[in-house]
Amino acid sequence: MPDIAYEQARHGSSIGQPLTRRDGILKVTGAATYAADNRPEGLLHAVVAVSRIARGRVTHLDVAAAKGHPGVVAVMTGANAPKLAQDPDAKDNPFMFRLDLLQSDQVRYAHQPIAVVIAETLEAATEGAELLAPRYAVEPARIGLDVEAPQEPDAVGAGDKARASRGDVEAGLAEAERRIETVYETAAQYHNALEPHAIVAQWDGDRLIVDTPSQGLGMAQMRLAALFGLDPKNILVRSPFLGGGFGSKGLLSGPQVLGVMAAKLVGRPVKLVLRREQMFGPVGHRAETRQTLRLGTDASGALTALDHHTLTATSSFDDFYEPASALSRYLYAAPAVSTGHSGVRVDTGTPLFMRAPGEASGSVALEGAIDEMAEACGLDPLDFRLKNYAEAEPISGRPFSSKALRECYAQGAARFGWDKRAKAPRSMRDSAGRLVGYGVGTALFPALMMQAEARAEIRADGTGTVALGAHDMGQGAWTALAQIAADGLGIDLAQLDFQSGRSDLPNAGIAGGSAHTATAGSAIHSATSAVLAQLAELATGDERSPLYGAGNAGVFARGGRLLRRDDEGRGESFADILARAGRASVSAEGKAAPDSASREAYAMHSHGAVFAEVSVDPDLGQIRVTRLVGAFAAGRIVNPRLVTSQYYGGMIWGVSFALHENAVLDPRSGRVMNANLGEYHVPVNADVPAIEAILVEEYDPHVNPLGIKGVGEIGITGTAGAIANAVYHATGIRVRKTPITLDLLLG
Amino acid sequence: MNRFDYVRAGSVAEAVAAAAEPGAAYLAAGTNLLDLMKGGITRPTRLVDVTHLPGLDRIESLPGGGHRVGALVRNSDLAYDAGFARAYPAVAEALLSGASAQLRNAATLAGNLMQRTRCPYFYDPASACNKRDPGAGCDARGGETRLHAVLGWSEHCIATHPSDLCVPLVALDAVVEIAGKAGSREVALDAFHRLPGDAPERETVLEPGEMIVSLRLPEDAAAFAGHSRYLKIRDRTSYAFAVVSASAALRLEGGRIGAARLALGGVALKPWRARAAEVVLAGAEPGEASFRAAADAALAEARPSGDNAFKIELARRLIVRTLTLAAAGTPERMPALPASAFADGSALHA
Amino acid sequence: MSFSLTLTVNGETRAIDLDDPRVTLLDLLRERLHLTGSKKGCDRGQCGACTVLVNGRRVNSCLALAVSLDGADVLTIEGLAQGDALHPVQAAFIDHDGFQCGFCTPGQIMSAVGLIREGQAGDDPERVREGMSGNLCRCGAYIGITQAVLEAQARLAAEQGEAA
Repeated sequence: MPDIAYEQARHGSSIGQPLTRRDGILKVTGAATYAADNRPEGLLHAVVAVSRIARGRVTHLDVAAAKGHPGVVAVMTGANAPKLAQDPDAKDNPFMFRLDLLQSDQVRYAHQPIAVVIAETLEAATEGAELLAPRYAVEPARIGLDVEAPQEPDAVGAGDKARASRGDVEAGLAEAERRIETVYETAAQYHNALEPHAIVAQWDGDRLIVDTPSQGLGMAQMRLAALFGLDPKNILVRSPFLGGGFGSKGLLSGPQVLGVMAAKLVGRPVKLVLRREQMFGPVGHRAETRQTLRLGTDASGALTALDHHTLTATSSFDDFYEPASALSRYLYAAPAVSTGHSGVRVDTGTPLFMRAPGEASGSVALEGAIDEMAEACGLDPLDFRLKNYAEAEPISGRPFSSKALRECYAQGAARFGWDKRAKAPRSMRDSAGRLVGYGVGTALFPALMMQAEARAEIRADGTGTVALGAHDMGQGAWTALAQIAADGLGIDLAQLDFQSGRSDLPNAGIAGGSAHTATAGSAIHSATSAVLAQLAELATGDERSPLYGAGNAGVFARGGRLLRRDDEGRGESFADILARAGRASVSAEGKAAPDSASREAYAMHSHGAVFAEVSVDPDLGQIRVTRLVGAFAAGRIVNPRLVTSQYYGGMIWGVSFALHENAVLDPRSGRVMNANLGEYHVPVNADVPAIEAILVEEYDPHVNPLGIKGVGEIGITGTAGAIANAVYHATGIRVRKTPITLDLLLG
Repeated sequence: MNRFDYVRAGSVAEAVAAAAEPGAAYLAAGTNLLDLMKGGITRPTRLVDVTHLPGLDRIESLPGGGHRVGALVRNSDLAYDAGFARAYPAVAEALLSGASAQLRNAATLAGNLMQRTRCPYFYDPASACNKRDPGAGCDARGGETRLHAVLGWSEHCIATHPSDLCVPLVALDAVVEIAGKAGSREVALDAFHRLPGDAPERETVLEPGEMIVSLRLPEDAAAFAGHSRYLKIRDRTSYAFAVVSASAALRLEGGRIGAARLALGGVALKPWRARAAEVVLAGAEPGEASFRAAADAALAEARPSGDNAFKIELARRLIVRTLTLAAAGTPERMPALPASAFADGSALHA
Repeated sequence: MSFSLTLTVNGETRAIDLDDPRVTLLDLLRERLHLTGSKKGCDRGQCGACTVLVNGRRVNSCLALAVSLDGADVLTIEGLAQGDALHPVQAAFIDHDGFQCGFCTPGQIMSAVGLIREGQAGDDPERVREGMSGNLCRCGAYIGITQAVLEAQARLAAEQGEAA
């Protein structure tokens, strides 16, 4: 448990306050402990050796050479790896992905782990892995979307339907006054959290302690229990801080498990950290897509039909299909909407959830197609979007639980200066003669709820504890969830002991789907409400209390006291209530889960509008996103400072999606040829000179008890499309693939 | 990284002797060498550390004009040396457009000259590469070739030289001063790097054990100071290798170009001096017509080595732009984004 | 073969015996001196997470052999604060929310300290952005980072002005 210094105690409500991060001091002093910073006594270093081929078999490893290197303690291969209690290729549910744990000599993708070298020093382990000099029986790599005839998958994303539709799209297109058909392609991307996947594993008999970054502590614990045949209670997973996750640390990856196996093999604690190039293979990625969109409108510009089909790729041995068409089920009104997916199998690692899986890729294509359709209708892109504003969810027909998208469009456009946009493309210039373009994109991300548990306690001294195994990967759980906890208990933050980030606390579910604050926050709300109910019962049933007779519903908590709703002057401190009752503390557990009734009745999404200005050199093609304004409505805002940062980060991922990220595969070998941060580009500071985020007010009584929607992923959606549309507006060149690179703009 | 002998040289003579053995490599900052060693691309058995050698970190103004820059001068020290930057502003601009501030603080002049290509097939030990393994073949051919050479390549190698610094240096006739077992010699920078031909593994004219001790800018190089630019087209705004870069330096005399220097980066396995273009420019009136003619001359021999035909047209346009900027005059102050198409910052106030 | 070297790390002069010349400054700090604030994001000089000051200059510690730095003065994130008082750059990073996950933060902060010492960026946001472009932030906290550097620069400049 990190020792977090408190610098901010505030009276009254914490929720809504723009508090700075409670873990800030730890992070700016280098004291925040990430997995690879742990050093139990007797620690050995493990380095993974990975395959250089994409398909075939490993026929030889020079284990003797590796073992002969001074300092090398052991080489773990399929021959001597500890036996596992669960087949790594088992798949019991869609959330369970097949792992490469040295179970065979088969190679299924480049950078697949094929051995682990364990040594006294990192230098020795690293060279030991090099000395293994594997030999292979190579089979031709199958790469690219045209590698085989596509098949429709059973499900896409996390168990979504591959196909969904309403109305007759063909009829809608046939009757349309105007129609377009357009194809967009998006490149494969790799998460590349700045912290490579790392694990420090220590065995003590049949007990296991691991320090490893995790967006899902409970699931990691259960997977380890299954793989090693352990009682989950005997496994402790600690992850107080993640150095970024973006989906790649949601499920335990193969290399993390290899670290545990290595520790078991050598009987000493082991640290295993992936090398950067090894992040391109065994820990998931966002697969490439080719999306075909067909749109039709009537004479007024109202959509008569929208058809969105995605072709994508999964691995040869497991199933994850980027659900890129799903966005069209939620966003624009049309009497006929059809969405579908198909996939091919290629020799890469299995794609996985990567920040806004589906929505990010789908958004850039849909927003481009919408822009093309607007132009075909002679309408301003923003007017066209307003014209086709969905008052109910297009396919399901459900009303929205809340939707302040109109306000997002209006506030964003005003702030951005959308009215200064010249209608014709390639007609705006800056003072140096560079082409200037404005573009807009609509942002949307579903407001999900998952399952979580939390524990809360108030003690006789008036202080409180809230505990749950939540995850802080940068979104600010240490701060935002503590704010919810303090408010839930009615105490100041300074009086709260907030415990998180480990698997021996109540299971807080998974930090994914932009649902962690909503879900874990709701569990906290449930637990703290239960604690206050106990306190209220003690007080209101006691004649000696000033709250006597008020009833549970007649009191509320603030500043460590219970107060009468009808007379705030009458109240009693928690300490007094507990002292009189002779209780050292009251505690309770709480749970959160989606409310199926309200989820059936309402469609629930966060919305936003992103406006982009780009500058393009007319001769040389180089692009710079000179300004981004995003306006987002996402229900109740727990901490506007942290939420703003999430929007900024998401929008920068949008810049990255539109202009930079591109895993370049050699089509012959199947190897990623830019598996490094020098040439797999993500934006640098100079790429994002000006970003603004507007937090649009929105009240949602249905989404969850706290009215919170997600903010972590929505920023990518809308942004990439807005940039692509701005590039078109600047240059008159419609690039229908991402990343948009300068060579595509030379004309 | 393999184990190696570490030798700290106390003098140039000692260094040269220690480095003459097969498998030896010089270690200066190591910003490229360690990268290569960590990737298993090069596995020297001995590192001769020259960073502690005295006297090689000086920037001297030479009595008859010109400058001598010691091999160990750090990139940032050279770029921020006021006298040097005033005399050779395009060199300073090129330096500051390269890598990151951290790398520039470490990387040395000699190391920059010696840096290896960023060809991904060179960097991928599983790919065939004639540079790494003479005779093995070149997997870049027919592979991912967007950034590969369009000038001076051969069927054996289509890689490019990644240096920014070398581009204006070669334009300004810089001379490499070399120490070896047999004594000292000097080589024009233009002749220092080799084109691949049928021996791409031989990247420079250095003989085994030879060491760069300094680089000299000749007397007349500073005469271009008023009209010198470096421009670098990149896939992101900063911290990226050049797609194509150009350095132009003009001496304007009575409304005409008295002398012109032009070089390209990112187009060949060496910094590419465009002498044919210089001939076109000499005596011409500065302007779009002469700049276009120069660009055409510079790229006359260019041919794509794969999916990179765009680089030829991009290089032409870049030459025109760089000459235009150079003709307009060297900026008073180093641009906020050195060598960038967005150097002037005006895009931010559109 | 063993190598003896002397390094001053965060003000403390230390005699270090290295049994292996392959050890980089970053791995020396993290694995042998147990100063784990400096982070390894790429190990190839491409992300900046390992940035420390060597002899007052910011460098990538992953690309420097420790044995070659005999006699150097090294400042890491652990040595930046004066007792309980944060360095102005550290404080500004909290105030301007110049990070999310925090993994790149020690490198960002040491790079910012180096940038301000270099004195080339001044109060120009564009020069700060360019000067900080050697430090990747995958979370995308660049807006806060730039604001933090500018504020710290102004504060340090003011303090220097007062001292003069």
